Amino acid sequence: MFAYYLDLALRSLKRNKVLTSLMILALALGIGATITTLTVLRLLSGDPLPQKSAQLFYPQVDPNAKDGYIAGQTKPDSIMTYPDAMNLLHAHRGTHQAAMALTQAKVMPKQANARPFFSDAVMTTSDFFAMFDAPFQYGGGWTAADDDGRAQLVVIAGFLNDKLFAGANSVGRMIRIDDHDMRISGVLKPWAPQPRFYAQDLGGRSYGDGDAVFLPLQTARAMEMGPQDTECYAAVPDIRHLETAPCEWLGVWVELHGDEAVAGYRTFLDGYVKQQVALGRFQRSETSLLDLMGWLRQEQVVPDDVRLQAGLAFGFLLICVVNTVGLLLAKCLRRSPEIGVRRALGATRREIFTQFMVEAGIVGLAGGVLGLLFAELGLLGIRHQPAQYASLAHLDASMFLFTFVVALVASLVAGILPAWRACVLAPAPQLKAA
Amino acid sequence: MQIQPVLAALRRHRLATLLIAMEIALACAVLCNACFLVVQRWKLIQTNSGVDESSLAVLTVNGFEPNQVTDLNARMLNGLRALPGMQSVSLINQVPFGPQVGAAGISLDQGSFTNTIGVVDFVLAGPGTFQALGLKLVEGSLPSADDYLLATNLAPPDARVLVSRALADHAWPGQSPLGKEFWCDKLHFRVIGVVDHLARAHPHDWGAQSVEWTVFTPAQPGGSLAGTYLLRASPDELPRVLRAARDAVPKIAPDVVLDQENSQTIDDLRTDYFKSDRIMIDLLIGVIVTMLGVTALGIVGLASFWVQQRRRQIGIRRAIGATRGDILRYFQTENFLIVTFGIVLGMALAYALNLLLMTHYELPRLPLYYLPIGALVLWGLGQLAVLGPALRAAAVPPVVATRSV
Repeated sequence: MFAYYLDLALRSLKRNKVLTSLMILALALGIGATITTLTVLRLLSGDPLPQKSAQLFYPQVDPNAKDGYIAGQTKPDSIMTYPDAMNLLHAHRGTHQAAMALTQAKVMPKQANARPFFSDAVMTTSDFFAMFDAPFQYGGGWTAADDDGRAQLVVIAGFLNDKLFAGANSVGRMIRIDDHDMRISGVLKPWAPQPRFYAQDLGGRSYGDGDAVFLPLQTARAMEMGPQDTECYAAVPDIRHLETAPCEWLGVWVELHGDEAVAGYRTFLDGYVKQQVALGRFQRSETSLLDLMGWLRQEQVVPDDVRLQAGLAFGFLLICVVNTVGLLLAKCLRRSPEIGVRRALGATRREIFTQFMVEAGIVGLAGGVLGLLFAELGLLGIRHQPAQYASLAHLDASMFLFTFVVALVASLVAGILPAWRACVLAPAPQLKAA
Repeated sequence: MQIQPVLAALRRHRLATLLIAMEIALACAVLCNACFLVVQRWKLIQTNSGVDESSLAVLTVNGFEPNQVTDLNARMLNGLRALPGMQSVSLINQVPFGPQVGAAGISLDQGSFTNTIGVVDFVLAGPGTFQALGLKLVEGSLPSADDYLLATNLAPPDARVLVSRALADHAWPGQSPLGKEFWCDKLHFRVIGVVDHLARAHPHDWGAQSVEWTVFTPAQPGGSLAGTYLLRASPDELPRVLRAARDAVPKIAPDVVLDQENSQTIDDLRTDYFKSDRIMIDLLIGVIVTMLGVTALGIVGLASFWVQQRRRQIGIRRAIGATRGDILRYFQTENFLIVTFGIVLGMALAYALNLLLMTHYELPRLPLYYLPIGALVLWGLGQLAVLGPALRAAAVPPVVATRSV
């Protein structure tokens, strides 16, 4: 029976080629726009470390003065002072913990007449790599002892290794950074979590390439490398001594396994802040311990424009669907006599309904195929945008399938009303008129 | 034209009428809000920077030590000034649409936490920069040679400065800003003049009213004023001069790193700064046009169907005396009524959509005049779309009445 409906539907669609193709085109435009924007939205609101994100937590405390503080409402600051970060780190309450700040490293290539250049760098502590599952191509990270000993060690990204050492195993070789010779302890495989969750609020971009250079925090500070972003909450006697200044410039992450560990850490964090209040260092006792995805939500990493575009595309799709409803209705009412004849010859209402739903489904599938083409075009356009995430905009298998789901659902929803109208048509008057 | 029979006919086609009205309503809501967004973005793009953009470029170098700045500035200024076609080279800390360097909160009292004015951009400028930028002094006087003091921080500790008119109006409304004082933590400032327009580095990061909250601060080359150079050349020679300047950097100062991204003409920086807004405008216009197209398509489709369905009735009407004009006007009136119904719904929907957008994005309220404009556009669109089917209806010969279908 299905094959017969298919045949009927194709015949009906062929009868009015212009109308059919316009209908498919309109639906395809709506689907293309929706899939394009949804792909970008999904990319931007994705999980940067799917295997680990539930175990990563971002503690926050608030060293600000009492002014403007409303108990229970004021959110703690997004980054931390050096003393607080070190206190949390040295407490060793999590499986792993690391403090980090972003900076720019001036790299001087060894090759003759090569020009120095700046690279994105992270100053951090030893647990960074193990905690974030950063994969090593060669060598490894540094140890906690290296942190304290201000070892002149550095981990570089694969792309920097390609540029400086033509991709060879460079572990143990020297690299000149900010006019200091540093020994390479490890080379990372390509690693660029999207969004760059660990760079949030540290003055870095939210998407795009990974960092090129990773160095021990104290080593980098001894080399007078400064953080990208510094927030001071009181008069600063000397901005160069950030470790003692009333300034926040570090992000801290902890890895915690299980609800018990999380609850334990919360208690520890609250206790720590109470202790600081008692010592007179803090005036505010608010704390926060969000997990990775919660932190990204609070930070609203997804740009407003992207959400607006997705909303716009949905609105557009809605208009296209209403339009398809109208056109399918016109098409099926035009065929009232035919329906009358089929009903008179014994077709049930359900059969008429199915016949018209099949027709709508065909329109949907065709719209989906064409919509996929539009979506690819749209993503091609997005890849040429100047946005940080531009190069990442690709259609993956799940979005590919989702396109057809959207197309079928849209067209079947659009088809219900016309098909219902067709099946409730009384056959007798139609036969008489014909 | 009588409306009664049109309404009676529409009542028999409630579903189709409702569909078209709904499509029009959705189109009206999206049209009004999308146009509003386009206009908002367009206004952003039109931001007046106050400087001679087409004659200016900026050149930025990094990677030098604080003790090298005097030597670096001298070498860069001399080296760059020697390039053919260069009209002037001077020092500046930031330019409109370039990286933001000197943003800080200021207040009327010492210690920036009480009686605050807001966050302003300090444009630190060496001798000659005022003329190079092409700023217009509207009140007070230009800084004298003694006013160019050494800044080791954001600004010199006790500076005599020019403020933009927008900042003057905000900080001292209704008063002359000349001689007024303000503070940024421990730094003290006295206003000696007012410039007409000068935009901050990132004009739209701080809200619409503070686009031009800038303090033109004269400073001596050296200290924190180093590494960023303002180049001026005639507009047609500027790209060549900038290229020559970029190529000359390794020869003038071999140890520093040229900041490629921030060594561009102001025009290019401006284009980059507004690129995402431009893309958004293009996208919105694209959506508006396709949406109107799709809506028109829906109207054509249903109207054609109605014409075909009513061929017999049209024939009868023609046979008993209706002119072609009557038939044409019948379909036009019908469309007008449906579209009007849709527009009434659509205005409410447009308003609701605007409220939704206002809660999620920083967007002002939709001005009311967008609604009648949207209505006119949709009436026009409806009439255009229905014209084809209506003309076909008018061409139905009276003889159809005598035939069976």
